[in-house]
Amino acid sequence: MDAFHKHVGIAAPLDRANIDTDAIIPKQFLKRIERTGFGQFLFFEWRFTPDQQPHTEFVLNTAPYDKATILVAGPNFGCGSSREHAPWALLDFGFKAIIAPSFADIFYNNCFKNGILPIVLADDIVASLTELAKTKPGTELTIDLEQQQVIVDDKTVYTFEVDAYRKMLLLEGLDDIGLSLQHEALITKYEQDAPFARPIA
Amino acid sequence: MSSKKTLIDKIWEAHVVREKDGEPSLIYIDLHLIHEVTSPQAFEGLRISQRKVRRPDLTFATVDHNVPTTDRSLPIADPISKQQIDTLRENCHMFGVPFADITSADQGIVHVIGPELGLTLPGKTIVCGDSHTSTHGAFGALAFGIGTSEVEHVLATQCLQQSRPKTMQIIVKGKLAKGIRAKDLILGIIAKYGTAFGTGYVIEYRGEAIQALSMEERMTVCNMSIEAGARAGLIAPDETTFAYLRNRRYAPAGEEFESAVVAWKELCTDEGASFDKTLEFDADSLIPQVTWGTSPGMGASITDTVPNPADISDPVERRSVELALQYMGLTPGTPMTEIKIDRVFIGSCTNGRIEDLRSAADVVKGKKVSSHVHAMVVPGSYEVKNQAEREGLHTIFVDAGFEWREPGCSMCLAMNPDVLAPGERCASTSNRNFEGRQGRDGRTHLVSPAMAAAAAVAGHFVDIRTFA
Repeated sequence: MDAFHKHVGIAAPLDRANIDTDAIIPKQFLKRIERTGFGQFLFFEWRFTPDQQPHTEFVLNTAPYDKATILVAGPNFGCGSSREHAPWALLDFGFKAIIAPSFADIFYNNCFKNGILPIVLADDIVASLTELAKTKPGTELTIDLEQQQVIVDDKTVYTFEVDAYRKMLLLEGLDDIGLSLQHEALITKYEQDAPFARPIA
Repeated sequence: MSSKKTLIDKIWEAHVVREKDGEPSLIYIDLHLIHEVTSPQAFEGLRISQRKVRRPDLTFATVDHNVPTTDRSLPIADPISKQQIDTLRENCHMFGVPFADITSADQGIVHVIGPELGLTLPGKTIVCGDSHTSTHGAFGALAFGIGTSEVEHVLATQCLQQSRPKTMQIIVKGKLAKGIRAKDLILGIIAKYGTAFGTGYVIEYRGEAIQALSMEERMTVCNMSIEAGARAGLIAPDETTFAYLRNRRYAPAGEEFESAVVAWKELCTDEGASFDKTLEFDADSLIPQVTWGTSPGMGASITDTVPNPADISDPVERRSVELALQYMGLTPGTPMTEIKIDRVFIGSCTNGRIEDLRSAADVVKGKKVSSHVHAMVVPGSYEVKNQAEREGLHTIFVDAGFEWREPGCSMCLAMNPDVLAPGERCASTSNRNFEGRQGRDGRTHLVSPAMAAAAAVAGHFVDIRTFA
């Protein structure tokens, strides 16, 4: 996983509530056995007509939003299926961060495992960022994870909350399996005492 | 701190391997269920890092999402589906993981076979790379869906890094009236409180209406906890639970079972224990539910009409309803009972169990599926299918004009060939009515098995309470 420190990029507005992971990556594209190559299928049924032509009015099909790396979306983003193909598709398309008033739990967690930063900001701030992205296409935002800030311009800086441990993993680009395995002796001890850690068959 | 604990606290605390301030806890996982869609990248990750599966004996795999529900002796037509199924078989072989293959008598939807085989037991922590893992909470287990990176983490360590969840109780008071099922209850709860009220929480369902539910019905309720935003929902085990588990293959047997029951009886919320949040729901006044929109919270009673966006003051919600009605091809003010359907799907991890099929068969017995409706029943597992055939349910369905299929997830997510055509409208016993979920431009209405069966016969939605 790539480390995340500071990112500057174009914001794309996707002004809908409850954007589910079926919309982010429809099921017909979940059959690959790799983690890569899902960007072409991102928001597929919104981006393309049934005969595979781009929907010209869809935000990510129009310049400069087709180069966006920050998505600004409505509440409960990423609800539904646990498919990690959703953050894989966003990442492969080029997104580094997603800003929304709220996220579904599993999706939120999956983002951190893939070096994407999900940022929760208040409704009115997300609304104003959406408006800015719509009315001034190509507006660049700066996201500073160390300082926990979204910087619009010299005067406008929004601070966001992020769990300290997750922040550390993202800043360092660390593999959490490796970290957990450092506690192998504790896991083994637990297994020796635990009621259920016995073979199922 | 109070010594009185919730069931959620008790299971959590029994599974903590390591705790440190400022870090998530390392918690032990007792059962890891695997399927073909969310596991290939996790196994590949193990190979790249030269790691083993720590406890293949606490892991169980099957194929369900991608499998055709037609004749299993025929080759799988879609080469990419076949590759995913073959990959799981090879991975299970390579890492020593028990595997119920496509032709095994144990095959079925992972959340149906776990309980059937007695793998799902009270007090366990259970995970799977699938959001409907919450189903297993019906047995008093702490069960939740995870992403593929976490699947790899559990394979390698048999643990997960998790922050302690907040606790919520939903007290369901009163009694469900005749014809009202668990599906109506959970759809009613989500319609009332929305699709995100459970975010960050584990829900314990409590109250007399919950205690009165069968295991199948409890699984339906817990299954859709994720549609409320909660990763997990659970119900304290009781005599109903123990009776279900007795003589299941992997459940303890004989005296061991009796001593397990003694331990399981401790798995309840202590009198006076406090929850972070409490909600109440009245079962008495519940009416059969039908969803009309593209989110499980967009539901109504069968006696209602399609809502009018103009009546909604919140601009975000109004916009959501407008988009949903546009997608669903519905006009505000239309009575639910006048919505005509083209397809019926009875099955899924929500409603593909034997009781669900019995309840649907009761409705269609001696009747015919409406001439313009294409209806199918997809049992949740081979055990369900075989039991239904022993009871003659398949004959009732086939005589009425339903297709009787092989087990799998099928049209719940339409990864296999069971897909809605654009514009087709479906009465579905599954769990999600998202845009495109059952096929591009397909329109899904979530209902109980009895309501789906009645709609198949009538050709439109009907109130099951007055349907004869």
